[in-house]
Amino acid sequence: MKAPTNWVPVCTVDDLVADSGIAVWTEDGPVSVFYLPNRLPALFAVSHTDPFSGSNVLARGITGDINGEPVVASPIYKQHFSLRTGRCLEDEGVQIKVYPALLDGNRIRLEVPVVQAAPVAA
Amino acid sequence: MEHQTLIVIGNGMVGHHFLEQFCQSPASEHYQLVVFGEEKQLAYDRVHLSEYFGGSTHADLAMATAEWYDAQGIELHLNEPVTSIDRENQIVTTPKGHYLYHQLVLATGSYPFVPPIAGNDQDGCFVYRTLADLDAIRASAAQARSGVVVGGGLLGLEAANALKSLGLQAHVVEFAPRLMPVQLDDQGGGLLRQKIEDLGVQVHTEKATTEISPGAEARLRMNFADDSHLDTDLIVFSAGIRPQDTLARACGLEVGERGGIVVNNQCTTSDPAIHAIGECALWNHRIFGLVAPGYTMARTLVAALNQDQDAAFTGADMSTKLKLLGVDVGSIGDAHAQIPGARNIRFHDEQSGHYRRMVLSQDGKKLLGAILVGDNGPYDTLLQYVLNGIELPDNPESLILPESEGGAPALGADALPDTASICSCHNVTKGDICCAIDAGCTDVGSVKTETRASTGCGGCSALLKKVVDSELEKRGVEVCTDLCEHFPYTRQELFHLVKVNGIRTFQNLISQYGKGQGCDICKPTVGSILASCWNEHVLATDHVPLQDTNDTFMANMQKNGTYSIVPRIPGGEITPDKLIVLGEVAKQYNLYTKITGGQRVDLFGATLSELPEIWEKLIAAGFETGHAYGKSLRTVKSCVGSTWCRYGVQDSVGMAIMLENRYKGLRAPHKVKMAVSGCTRECAEAQSKDFGVIATDKGWNLYVCGNGGMRPRHADLFATDLSDDELIRTIDRVVMFYVRTADRLQRTSVWLENLEGGLDYLKQVVLDDSLGIGEELEQHMAELVSTYRCEWKAAVEDPEKRKRFREFVNAPAQKDPVQQWTFERGQRRPVLEVVAS
Ligand SMILES: Cc1cc2nc3c(=O)[nH]c(=O)nc-3n(C[C@H](O)[C@H](O)[C@H](O)COP(=O)(O)OP(=O)(O)OC[C@H]3O[C@@H](n4cnc5c(N)ncnc54)[C@H](O)[C@@H]3O)c2cc1C
Repeated sequence: MKAPTNWVPVCTVDDLVADSGIAVWTEDGPVSVFYLPNRLPALFAVSHTDPFSGSNVLARGITGDINGEPVVASPIYKQHFSLRTGRCLEDEGVQIKVYPALLDGNRIRLEVPVVQAAPVAA
Repeated sequence: MEHQTLIVIGNGMVGHHFLEQFCQSPASEHYQLVVFGEEKQLAYDRVHLSEYFGGSTHADLAMATAEWYDAQGIELHLNEPVTSIDRENQIVTTPKGHYLYHQLVLATGSYPFVPPIAGNDQDGCFVYRTLADLDAIRASAAQARSGVVVGGGLLGLEAANALKSLGLQAHVVEFAPRLMPVQLDDQGGGLLRQKIEDLGVQVHTEKATTEISPGAEARLRMNFADDSHLDTDLIVFSAGIRPQDTLARACGLEVGERGGIVVNNQCTTSDPAIHAIGECALWNHRIFGLVAPGYTMARTLVAALNQDQDAAFTGADMSTKLKLLGVDVGSIGDAHAQIPGARNIRFHDEQSGHYRRMVLSQDGKKLLGAILVGDNGPYDTLLQYVLNGIELPDNPESLILPESEGGAPALGADALPDTASICSCHNVTKGDICCAIDAGCTDVGSVKTETRASTGCGGCSALLKKVVDSELEKRGVEVCTDLCEHFPYTRQELFHLVKVNGIRTFQNLISQYGKGQGCDICKPTVGSILASCWNEHVLATDHVPLQDTNDTFMANMQKNGTYSIVPRIPGGEITPDKLIVLGEVAKQYNLYTKITGGQRVDLFGATLSELPEIWEKLIAAGFETGHAYGKSLRTVKSCVGSTWCRYGVQDSVGMAIMLENRYKGLRAPHKVKMAVSGCTRECAEAQSKDFGVIATDKGWNLYVCGNGGMRPRHADLFATDLSDDELIRTIDRVVMFYVRTADRLQRTSVWLENLEGGLDYLKQVVLDDSLGIGEELEQHMAELVSTYRCEWKAAVEDPEKRKRFREFVNAPAQKDPVQQWTFERGQRRPVLEVVAS
């Protein structure tokens, strides 16, 4: 069964930067949202954390396409991550989280797992 | 023929390998094999011993099963050490009995050396060699909080990692002044130390332990010769290994002065019926503390026992490549330049934490050894050079330089033999690549798919491209010099297209002359070209997505995602008031502060959202951006000049400030540095800069295309005794010609080296105006100078641009949780654990 998720609003269209990324904070941690106006779909959301350095920086990477695949290049060590699958192009074993994104009027919503309230210790 | 008995003493890695090989050989028909092992367990993979702490069991590490020994008819006596050898009667004795032999093989390995320190035998003191040792350490660690490893060599660091994995605060105590003294030099050891300390292991060098006594804050206390001490719950000795030659010594076999059973090329000892292999054997005055040479000895002995006349052990390469606590370390051949006349090339990038050293023969033609810390990328190539004695290229430094600095591409791929390993992850040789090309591959991409080369860690991608290009060229295939998959042009061609067609945006350029969406190669390149041509703000909406993150946020990103800030201090001249402002701002934002080599101040650790606030304060105090983040003019360094100096003949500071203000902000293919010296004493080191100016009593001498740092190059004298105006006009022209014609990320030094006609040609173009473009170049420069604005000033004044500096757009108060800090030498610095591989 699929774990419960929420479509949470994270920002508005005005926050986006064309052909680039911004970072938002979600219950699932930091997420980067990319807007590539020349593609369909144009919105992508992946983890903001660069798995190679552990730093939260991916939204600040350069976007583009490699063999047609939309990618962002980590600004730290320059690996490319597919914006569709989260797969690292240089290292098949590494993958970052991908979040489904949609435009709801003026708002961007991301599908993030529902955080279960931790049981209070007796 | 009757069966003879061959006894093997020691059931370790090499002893087992011997049995495996021997059983497959014809001679096995004639022998009954008997093995004695002191350890309880059957031979296991000691190289991966530490995995025992990671959850591997003996069964996982075992090199064979008891069933295999049975099936081979080998008589196996575990937990039964041999206590003596009677050579006259050819009998070995154990606590359980006496056994006759015809041939005897000693594979007793080595034992850990425990320094003779008072108190070294109490509870809580261990060594790190066997499964039993690890069981004991694990049991003790359950009640411990801290642990010390004595010995900062290869095994010691591995042990420290193991202690850390058991949840202990780990320390390493080393007698020598640096870590891994055998494999590394001071710089390499220093860098390794820094990296290991970043991972939370504390390193104490130059510590001689005098005594171990009961501790106050922990079970034990180590007292050092310098009167300091360290309390710890357990101690692991890893101060080297000694060949286990006790039996051989006692029965009168020849042993070395410092231990080891002397063997000849067939691995036979001074007694023709007794042989020794592995770490206990001393061949040619050398002990081999690695498993591969031991295996070679085992195979040699098997061949010799099979009457192979050619069987001979001829030594082994002791180069090592490993990951210690996740840090790449490599040591090849004569790493310490002990061969007389050897010369060194060193590359040390403190920013990315890479250290590389090459040791060259006196004539500079052969590579003798190398040291790598931080990145083993070049290891395989360097090893090929050493092992195959290949002649080095003319610019051997290219082998260890990052590609962006004119590094790897200069490597002569031609010089590599077909056996050279190009991709170590997938073990692809140059020969494999040639086969793929012969089978129809015509570019790097298809060679990658075909051979899997460079699809592992990717570290060999530059070398792979080089090999593929050179092989294609050899076969007459035209090699593609396209910038990337999106633009079938070189940087120079793109510059021309932009300039001539008046193109002002990336979208226009790619839709007219390229395809796709662009990437992290072409976008910054085009961004730089557009800036060089039109000088529009880097944060103008169209340009934002083109810039590397450093250009986008106008600061230098550090490894934890924070930024460093370098305000411009022209010529290195600063008023006390401004200096105080820098101090105050740094203090307010808790910024780590360091003086740079370019006579300015670097402030580290600002978060994205702090950048505009900090710059507001700096701008109010009269500072401008220093472009330390851009491929543009960095600094113009100066000595104090004739104003103060007894020797100065011109006002070098005044000239430096003038030059810095003239060229600041100019976008170029790579960074540009300048310096002005007030006399020939050259205190500003101008000849190591892209543009160096040295005062004469008649004016200025101009030097061009020098380079310090990674790949030093002395600047060439370009023109002499210039007046102020002539100097500026000349620099204008050279800079602009460089901006127009250089490749992406090509420093002026490499540009000049690749310029057809070289220095003479450059002189013709600039001084004699042979192309008739002199005036145009000057005019272009004048336009750029007149349109300069401080990018930071423009950014802080524009609310739209400031929006870019929000860390999390929907949570202004949210702090980035990975940015953790600690204090060192009175300043804040980041703590950062690397999460993925
Ligand atoms: C933690 C660790 C990490 C290592 N990492 C690497 C690495 O990365 N790369 C590498 O190449 N090497 C590495 N080594 C070294 C490698 O394990 C040795 O080179 C290899 O094990 C040597 O094999 P050997 O058979 O000569 O000795 P051993 O494997 O030590 O075997 C000798 C055996 O003989 C037994 N023995 C001794 N005396 C007697 C006696 N009188 N009677 C009966 N039995 C006896 C011992 O108990 C032991 O079991 C590492 C070693 C350790 C401890």
